[in-house]
Amino acid sequence: MTESPATKLVNGDECPRVKNGLKAERNGLEKSLHRCHERQPKHHCHPEEEEVHAASHGGLYSRPFIESFEETPMLVAVFTYMSYGILTIFGYLRDFLRHWKIERCNIAREKEEQKDFVPLYQDFENFYNRNIYMRIRDSWNRPLCSVPGAKMDLLEQVTYDYNWTFHYTGRVMQDVINLGSYNYLGFADNTGPCADSAAEATMKYGVGVASTRQEIGNLDRHEEMEKLVAKFLGVESAMTFGMGFATNSMNIPALSGKGCLILSDELNHASLVLGARLSGSTIRVFKHNNMQSLEKLLREAIIHGQPRTHRPWKKILIVVEGIYSMEGSVVRLPEVIALKKRYRAYLYLDEAHSIGALGPRGRGVVDYFGLDPCDVDVMMGTFTKSFGAAGGYIAGKRELIEYLRSHSHSAVYATSMSPPVMEQIITSMKCIMGEDGTTVGCERVQQLAKNTVYFRKRLREMGFIIYGNEGSPVVPMMLYMPAKIGAFAREMLKRNIGVVGVGFPATPIIESRARFCISAAHTKDVLDTALSVISEVGDLLQLKYSRRKIQPSLARPFDDDVYEDIDD
Amino acid sequence: MASGQQWVLVEMVQAFYEAPAYHLILEGILILWIIRLLFSKTYKLHETYRLTEKEKEDLIEEWQPEPLVPPVSKDHPSLSYDVVTGPPSHNIIINGKECINFASFNFLGLLDNERVKQKALASLKKYGVGTCGPRGFYGTFDVHLELESRLANFMKTEEAIIYSYGFATIASAIPAYSKRGDIIFVDEAACFSIQKGLQASRSFIKYFKHNDMEDLERLLKEQELEDHKNPRKARVTRKFIVVEGLYINTADICPLPELLKLKYKYKVRIFLEESMSFGVLGEHGRGVTEHFGVNIDDIDLISANMENAVASIGGFCCGRSFVIDHQRLSGQGYCFSASLPPMLAAAAIEALNIMEEDPDIFTVLREKCKRVYTALQGTPGLKLVGVQFAPALHLQLERSSGSRDSDTQLLRTIVEYCMERGVALTLARYLEKEERFLPSPSIRVVVTIEQTDQDIQKAVSCIQEAASAILK
Repeated sequence: MTESPATKLVNGDECPRVKNGLKAERNGLEKSLHRCHERQPKHHCHPEEEEVHAASHGGLYSRPFIESFEETPMLVAVFTYMSYGILTIFGYLRDFLRHWKIERCNIAREKEEQKDFVPLYQDFENFYNRNIYMRIRDSWNRPLCSVPGAKMDLLEQVTYDYNWTFHYTGRVMQDVINLGSYNYLGFADNTGPCADSAAEATMKYGVGVASTRQEIGNLDRHEEMEKLVAKFLGVESAMTFGMGFATNSMNIPALSGKGCLILSDELNHASLVLGARLSGSTIRVFKHNNMQSLEKLLREAIIHGQPRTHRPWKKILIVVEGIYSMEGSVVRLPEVIALKKRYRAYLYLDEAHSIGALGPRGRGVVDYFGLDPCDVDVMMGTFTKSFGAAGGYIAGKRELIEYLRSHSHSAVYATSMSPPVMEQIITSMKCIMGEDGTTVGCERVQQLAKNTVYFRKRLREMGFIIYGNEGSPVVPMMLYMPAKIGAFAREMLKRNIGVVGVGFPATPIIESRARFCISAAHTKDVLDTALSVISEVGDLLQLKYSRRKIQPSLARPFDDDVYEDIDD
Repeated sequence: MASGQQWVLVEMVQAFYEAPAYHLILEGILILWIIRLLFSKTYKLHETYRLTEKEKEDLIEEWQPEPLVPPVSKDHPSLSYDVVTGPPSHNIIINGKECINFASFNFLGLLDNERVKQKALASLKKYGVGTCGPRGFYGTFDVHLELESRLANFMKTEEAIIYSYGFATIASAIPAYSKRGDIIFVDEAACFSIQKGLQASRSFIKYFKHNDMEDLERLLKEQELEDHKNPRKARVTRKFIVVEGLYINTADICPLPELLKLKYKYKVRIFLEESMSFGVLGEHGRGVTEHFGVNIDDIDLISANMENAVASIGGFCCGRSFVIDHQRLSGQGYCFSASLPPMLAAAAIEALNIMEEDPDIFTVLREKCKRVYTALQGTPGLKLVGVQFAPALHLQLERSSGSRDSDTQLLRTIVEYCMERGVALTLARYLEKEERFLPSPSIRVVVTIEQTDQDIQKAVSCIQEAASAILK
């Protein structure tokens, strides 16, 4: 490490903290007051607080942990609430008009014979969809008709009834720059070794398996892939599953049950929440990436035991994600591991977005922080993103995997992974590991890190509010107002760039955002084009909210020195 | 009036001046006491056993968690899987032994169909493998839209929605509609993915005896009485019946016409899981509705996977747009999961093409089912469970030996015996502790159209030999 975290912090290029009443202590970076002072340092990052000490990050972090969540400007927050207010008033007005048949209603209707049944939906459930989501619905679900690579082809769609239905004109919007797909390492490709091996597998095996792993759907290639995954991650054993979502929702119940406690980050993915719920364990939620909150829960749980009976918990499972896909934040893994060890809890790490995308060797967040994968009890990840395939894995100690092989819901009841998908995973993983005899994989991992730093830095310089960790290839850019989601996506698409907008309920109500996913397949030209368009649209829609003064001279330049310390 | 009140006030102030000091002090203390009472918490739970830091540390030191997973004994039967080398199609190599496949759900033999493979390949050449995103975020491909409309057409419903995993289909569909406080009536034999869907919905679950319409009606009547008592609650309590078309666990069919009568009588919606019957039953393979000649619009939601007859991956739900469209924002497995790889969707489309072009395959399949069904009747010591047109039958022990483990062991020996002789069978696997009603141990016998008369002959005689040798 050439530069200490402290100097970086003092440089003031990143002094993230939110002192905002609207969303207080998002993840309490500087509030991490741990009780065991000798082990858990405080993290002060206010520029005015000069006593930032390099030693404070000491043994835990091997690299600077720089994450930023600039506070929402008050005026913007007020206007955002107002815009929701106006939308709601208009919603009621239009519902009124629809009710009296003044406005034509396009909603599909209940069957005549079933009109006297209990209504299938509660009306207020759909108010939001009908009156807010419907206005900007064209920004999602746009159909592709090409590889979801660095550039993609989109089917042109038109609507004649204000987004209630879409018609495809048959025309294709070609070479749209893709800032939406999770193609971090650019392995989504229809040519090259991965596609070739997948094609071979298709011809040899067919696409299905028509049985479960435990019955008669366990191909030799499945076992091979699992050995490779274990080797890739540096753990004893691994098991793979046909769907990433189901990997969480069908395996957490096998690991945890009644009398166990699950401590879950508040921003955990729906699949983790579902898995935790299905397990029947008690679930407690800690503030996003807030170690103080996690420690408090851990202590209380151990001291007080189970509610009412005060029996000790059977086990405590901490469930976190590597990269949080809506915030772009990276889990404070060194601290989580320290806490987990101190309190003898188990750690379930979901690397859906981080595997392949983080770390000098692409081994995910564990690699990013230079930690030992054996310190994570359950390593989970998906193949959908960096590997350009589908499915998920769980890896860890041999006993864990042996138990899952006999007790995972997926192994017993769900069809095993499709052979071509499997081949894509094997080939892309070997490529990242350099086992294919090339350095392509390694170069892609580096390219992604480079692109990420560059893209994030440029956006910040332009004055946008960017959330998350500087190393995260998921780049959320704040839009705040719901109408701007639609406006931004449309304006961008008009300029041939495909982006993803996210709003409530996936984010807090006032924090609508656009989310860019950087890929190793993006060349500097592509990124520069995208950046200049974002800047242009940002001016048009007045999205440059940031009030931080960025001095480009102080900001680390985009040069190769930065990447040297990534390689070490 | 006003002046009177003022007078009282003046009097009070006067009394204040005249009162003795001890009185004022006493009252002051009383007021402070009241303020303290008002602002202190009503009770403090932890105060009764407030622990010192040292005690807390000790508690933390002492706590020893259970291991993350209990150790699995080395001879656990499901620890080492049978390994298939090469394609899992009609001729399958298991643990190095070439066998005829009587175990994969490849009913229509589409797994190694050349046309399907070619279409998948063409799609691979165009789109690559993965979609790199959920449906909402550039994960929708034109192939997905085509498959959805083809499925809707095939089933003759308004709309269809595809999922990327068969298991997740019904497990996501149920909680999209049924919420806390709603009531679901379920057949006891319902498969595991239904059970998980029920659990995720957090609704009240009422199980009725397998295929017992009287029992179901009894539950519905009970509920009706309940509803009369509390009509306000009844107006917002949704009610559903969840059944399977062909039950995977029992290989028999649900009495759909009776269910429909109950549906309209008691105003309950019906969800139908057709993973075993889609592409199997009915003249055109549309499943149980076609088998019974029932109007498909009467079923609120049909769900099936595309991993059995269609021999691809994924699942779908179909029905009226009013119902199905809701899942596009509320089906968790739809919204939050990466979409189905386009090549698998393309394979499913081609499978539908084949099914539409040549509906005779369903007749062929039914005949084979009947042949296997008749031939397996009267196997010594084994009882055949299922209906004669079911393509996935169960062989159970006629007389249980008393313990589940030894029953399973006996059946496993039969499976191994047959495998030795080139007939691939499998035990039906269950998670014994997780199943709501654990089915009896059984051998699964799967019929596909690729099995010739000789194959069937061989398999049947093999099973009979094994049964008479092992069960005596």
